[in-house]
Amino acid sequence: MSGKTLYDKIWDAHVVQQDEDGTCLLYIDRHLVHEVTSPQAFEGLRMAGRQVRAPQRTIAVPDHNVPTTAGRDDPAQMPEESRIQVAALDKNAKDFGIHYYPVTDVRQGIVHIVGPEQGWTLPGMTVVCGDSHTATHGAFGALAHGIGTSEVEHVLATQTLIQKKSKNMKVEITGKLRPGVTAKDITLSVIGLTGTGGGTGYVIEYCGEAIRDLSMEGRMTVCNMAIEGGARAGLIAPDETTFEYVKGRPHAPKGAQYEAAVTWWKTLYSDDDAHWDKVVTIKGEEIEPVVTWGTSPEDVLPISAVVPSPEDFTGGKVEAAKRALAYMDLTPGTPLTDIKIDTVFIGSCTNGRIEDLRAAAEILKGKKIKDGMRAMVVPGSGLVRAQAEEEGLAQIFIDAGFEWRLAGCSMCLAMNPDQLAPGERCAATSNRNFEGRQGKGGRTHLVSPAMAAAAAVTGHLTDVRELMDEPVSA
Amino acid sequence: MDKFEKLTGIAAPMPLVNIDTDMIIPKQFLKTIKRSGLGVHAFDEMRYLDDGSENPDFVLNKPQYREAQVIVAGDNFGCGSSREHAPWALADFGVKAIVSTSFADIFYNNCFKNGMLPIVMPQEVVDVLMKDAEKGANARMTVDLENQVITTSDGEEFPFEIDPFKKHCLLEGLDDIGLTMEKVGAIDTFEAQAGQSRPWV
Repeated sequence: MSGKTLYDKIWDAHVVQQDEDGTCLLYIDRHLVHEVTSPQAFEGLRMAGRQVRAPQRTIAVPDHNVPTTAGRDDPAQMPEESRIQVAALDKNAKDFGIHYYPVTDVRQGIVHIVGPEQGWTLPGMTVVCGDSHTATHGAFGALAHGIGTSEVEHVLATQTLIQKKSKNMKVEITGKLRPGVTAKDITLSVIGLTGTGGGTGYVIEYCGEAIRDLSMEGRMTVCNMAIEGGARAGLIAPDETTFEYVKGRPHAPKGAQYEAAVTWWKTLYSDDDAHWDKVVTIKGEEIEPVVTWGTSPEDVLPISAVVPSPEDFTGGKVEAAKRALAYMDLTPGTPLTDIKIDTVFIGSCTNGRIEDLRAAAEILKGKKIKDGMRAMVVPGSGLVRAQAEEEGLAQIFIDAGFEWRLAGCSMCLAMNPDQLAPGERCAATSNRNFEGRQGKGGRTHLVSPAMAAAAAVTGHLTDVRELMDEPVSA
Repeated sequence: MDKFEKLTGIAAPMPLVNIDTDMIIPKQFLKTIKRSGLGVHAFDEMRYLDDGSENPDFVLNKPQYREAQVIVAGDNFGCGSSREHAPWALADFGVKAIVSTSFADIFYNNCFKNGMLPIVMPQEVVDVLMKDAEKGANARMTVDLENQVITTSDGEEFPFEIDPFKKHCLLEGLDDIGLTMEKVGAIDTFEAQAGQSRPWV
């Protein structure tokens, strides 16, 4: 019998019951909740006269709708529908007795940034949320994935999910990254290679030297976009970097319990003889800073490339590429660095953490954004924002001409007032470049925070390495 | 939940690959706190022009497809966000089954919670069904869940695979939560044991 993967181990530790056909009842350790995908679930509970089974494992925070401008604790700042949705979360959190970080709390932020920051997310856990980017938490070696609202209701009522196991996929990034190449470039490059359906049916474990070398922030960026590759979840085996990050966080174990936890966490790795259903290997040295040119996260190219032609593709992708080029208003053969940008968005659960802001500020230090450029930084949480102010990063952004906003999902999905107008073109550190994602008719190029900062300065997509005074490590 | 047994209806061809959940239901319609009434917004940005009028070129606006109950779609249908508003919108429009070579994981699961059947077929079968769907309203396709077979308007039959538990729940219109509540004893036992072995969780 072959050994177990990390996914196998976490799965096995959470099976409540298994049916003959392999359908399992899986126990859920943490349930994160936000205002958009939960109201119908709470309504379902009320109608059935059900309670939240484990309120102590359930954490709620409003993030998708909230304005990111000053004075937002005045509900009048929100459009009526958004206000109702946030008010519904306020009420549901109170009525059902779950942990809650309201807009007025400095710890409020994007649910996937708040969870790890507060120590709710720990290695070896099962974590779910009614949000596809729940994959983020896999960076801790937690089995974390998005669910729909019916499943949100199921977890609220039973603290379990009915699941069938996915297959195991290994994505190995060998060697070292070159200067100017970041976790975002890794995760986009993987999707560029495997496609948005390449991970469908799998849980991905990211491994290899380049992954081990990443900070927790970088690992979260990598796992965050596992869903864009179609995978149910992304995982990275926990190690000293993980244990160090977790230690001392408000809801992490303390003292002897921490030591006991670390002892178990150290068993969470894939055995050498584990079985993999699919393996992808990429050389870290060969990854370049990348951008997306189209309307799917798989439309990834190195910044040194040119806009592709539909003839470069086969099958259904030919029509999709034609449509994407028309939507993006791009001509095949144009160097990517010739594409002019009018908006820059730095933030989101992909790249709204402190390290992301440091990387962008490093490029912006002493520089100004291009005339006419709209640029905003939306920290992932109130605490990230506070730390960035303490480190002097906020001032660098403000001096460069960026708007310094309050925490939330903001222009990643444009459910709040932060949106692109039709035809506007944005270099964004977020995760999706779908048609209309950042506002109807808006055009999105996904990039790393450093690349976004570079584009803000030059006014066009730019190879960040040209703006680096001296080689910095990723 | 509504039962799904067998349906004969119009199939609409949507050959575009990677139709994402932002396309199926854009974010401005996620601000509702209800499940109902989203059908009018399904595929909003493709379906309506800037002045709010219908885009006559969009498949579901064409007279022969306005009553479509089946969608035959390109690869990786439903990718992107976990929003269950996507299947809610499709179901509210009247869609009961979707056929593609592949579906995004979360969307796929969400369909079953709403009495909707997503069917995975190999490319060559999707190609045949796409051609059949392109014939319009007179060509009615039959989706038979009990016997796990799709029949084209020409009578050509294609069997499909489906998870037995998911099939059972759809056929019976079963509510997952009710089923799981019957296992509360096992959940209690698991919680007690996990509390011993991993008290920090």
